[in-house]
Amino acid sequence: MTSFLIRRVGQAALVMVLVSAAAFLLFNYVGDPVNNLVGQEASFEDRQALRDRLGLNDSAPVQFVRFVGNALTGDFGISYRMQRPVSDLVAERLPATVELVLASALFSLLLGIPMGVYTAIHRDGVLSRMVLSVSLIGVSLPTFVIGIGLIYLFSVTLGWLPSFGRGDTMSVGFWTTGLLTASGLKALVLPAVTLGLFQMTFVQRLVRAEMIEVLGTDYIRTARAMGVPRNRIHYVYALKNTLLPVITVIGLKLGELIAFSIVTETVFQWPGLGLLFIQAVAFADIPIMAAYLVMVALVFVIINLAVDVLYAVVDPRLRANRGDPA
Amino acid sequence: MSDITVAPRAVLWISFRSSPIAMIAATVVAVFLLGALFAPLLAAQDPFDPINLELINSFLPPVWIEGGDPAFLLGTDDQGRDMLSAILYGSRIFLTVGLAAVAFAATLGVTVGLIAGYAGGWVETVLMRLADVQLTIPALLIALMVDGFSRAVLRPEIHDEIALYMLIFAIGIADWPQYARVVRSATLVQKQSGYVAQAKLIGASDSSIVFGHVLPNVMTSVLVLATLGLALAVIAEATLSFLGVGMPPTTPSLGTLIRIGNDYLFSGEWWITLFPSLALVLLALSVNLLGDWLRDALNPRLR
Repeated sequence: MTSFLIRRVGQAALVMVLVSAAAFLLFNYVGDPVNNLVGQEASFEDRQALRDRLGLNDSAPVQFVRFVGNALTGDFGISYRMQRPVSDLVAERLPATVELVLASALFSLLLGIPMGVYTAIHRDGVLSRMVLSVSLIGVSLPTFVIGIGLIYLFSVTLGWLPSFGRGDTMSVGFWTTGLLTASGLKALVLPAVTLGLFQMTFVQRLVRAEMIEVLGTDYIRTARAMGVPRNRIHYVYALKNTLLPVITVIGLKLGELIAFSIVTETVFQWPGLGLLFIQAVAFADIPIMAAYLVMVALVFVIINLAVDVLYAVVDPRLRANRGDPA
Repeated sequence: MSDITVAPRAVLWISFRSSPIAMIAATVVAVFLLGALFAPLLAAQDPFDPINLELINSFLPPVWIEGGDPAFLLGTDDQGRDMLSAILYGSRIFLTVGLAAVAFAATLGVTVGLIAGYAGGWVETVLMRLADVQLTIPALLIALMVDGFSRAVLRPEIHDEIALYMLIFAIGIADWPQYARVVRSATLVQKQSGYVAQAKLIGASDSSIVFGHVLPNVMTSVLVLATLGLALAVIAEATLSFLGVGMPPTTPSLGTLIRIGNDYLFSGEWWITLFPSLALVLLALSVNLLGDWLRDALNPRLR
């Protein structure tokens, strides 16, 4: 177990070094940071002074170490476009994205798992067939089309739910939450459903496939032959083994939720990190892009690591794993 | 997917003829391809040429609604573009990007997979570790990063000019690890087979073994991946264009059209968004269905 942990942590560290190197290259060599900070009419001497002040005349390794050091303390420089520290901007936007992603993850699991179990048990039922065809359409629907459709139905036509923003938020310490006000909760519904719908159909299909496989194994047949009650077989014996692979995939899918929160936040003008990032891409605001890249990579690496470790804890066979790709 | 067995073409054809879903999906895809190919002949106007656009014609509803103009069957957008023409021309860009991105990703991924699987050793470790690292980051993010990169390096007018190639590169580069993984494991299986040993025995060079003998045998799995990959690629193109980092508004693809329409949803001009969305979803769904069918038909064990 220890060697397994060391290997996985080593891998995670390698990923982070590669990503920060990429972010550093982006930060320092793509475009001229000085050009982006000073006006057109700045003199050559002004520019040189700024280069010195920013440390751009130091050697590349020195700059890289400084970049990583700054990043570790949460300092990613100053946004070109907004002329404010990136760390402040990120801190402001982080709660909105975290709440959105968690709400949609919850939505996709709470609906996807029961639907997957149901469609696996009643394979040929009318309801199962309906769920399956709808989920096939769901896979082909791009996130932004779902969002626009929901806005048209629930905001424009019915007028039930707001189409943009977070509603009223409350501050709990440094965290601004929309979960404690009625308008904040209402504003969360459409974005969370939009973001979670694709993952829900995915969870449903995955649980169904795993469940069907487990239901065909010998120990389930034995349990049936012994006359164990059906519900006990389905929900205790089978579901337990079904959820194992589901944990892994869902962990990885959490990363996808974060990526697609960019799209959802654009559709709903949700003031989160994704919206900040997409505006940074459009304006080539490198410090924000670099910060986002490093942060998101860190989240992914932690998720991957957690999933692997969790999996090894649950399934002892994997601890002896010989380093094949996870 | 490494255990796909090659079904003879005849079997594939019979399976196709007996699957109404596959036939309908194939028809839809064919209609799209033809429509895109012959867009200049079919479309009422060239929506990319500002000369054809009259602001007086903007925001016309579809022809069956009060105020519609028979010249503009599906209505017009804010620039006075005929929606039907815009969709036909938009599908052109959309399919070009999708197909080219898949071809790019498949070529890169297959090459890497073949080399990794055949060479083994540290080459394999390095290449596959690279694929693993990239797979931890979602494709959409990578495509966005590549686009953001290029925007910082290039001046805006140059960037708009090569937007098409940037899109193909961004989407393609984001998708190669999947092909690499599948092809590598398929290659490992093929390497154990008798014909590779025999080819070595008669002194065939490594490259002729890999590309002449192993490659044809792993193509089946690549074909399935590429079909399903096409659906992902067109959705990725539309998503990037919707986010405003894809095709510029002067040469709109379907995603750009949907984004433009989204701004007018509240003022009641729903057709600007609806028709491009329908076209997009219909195409993506058909390609997905076709891919699912192909996978099942080529690998009867999965059915």
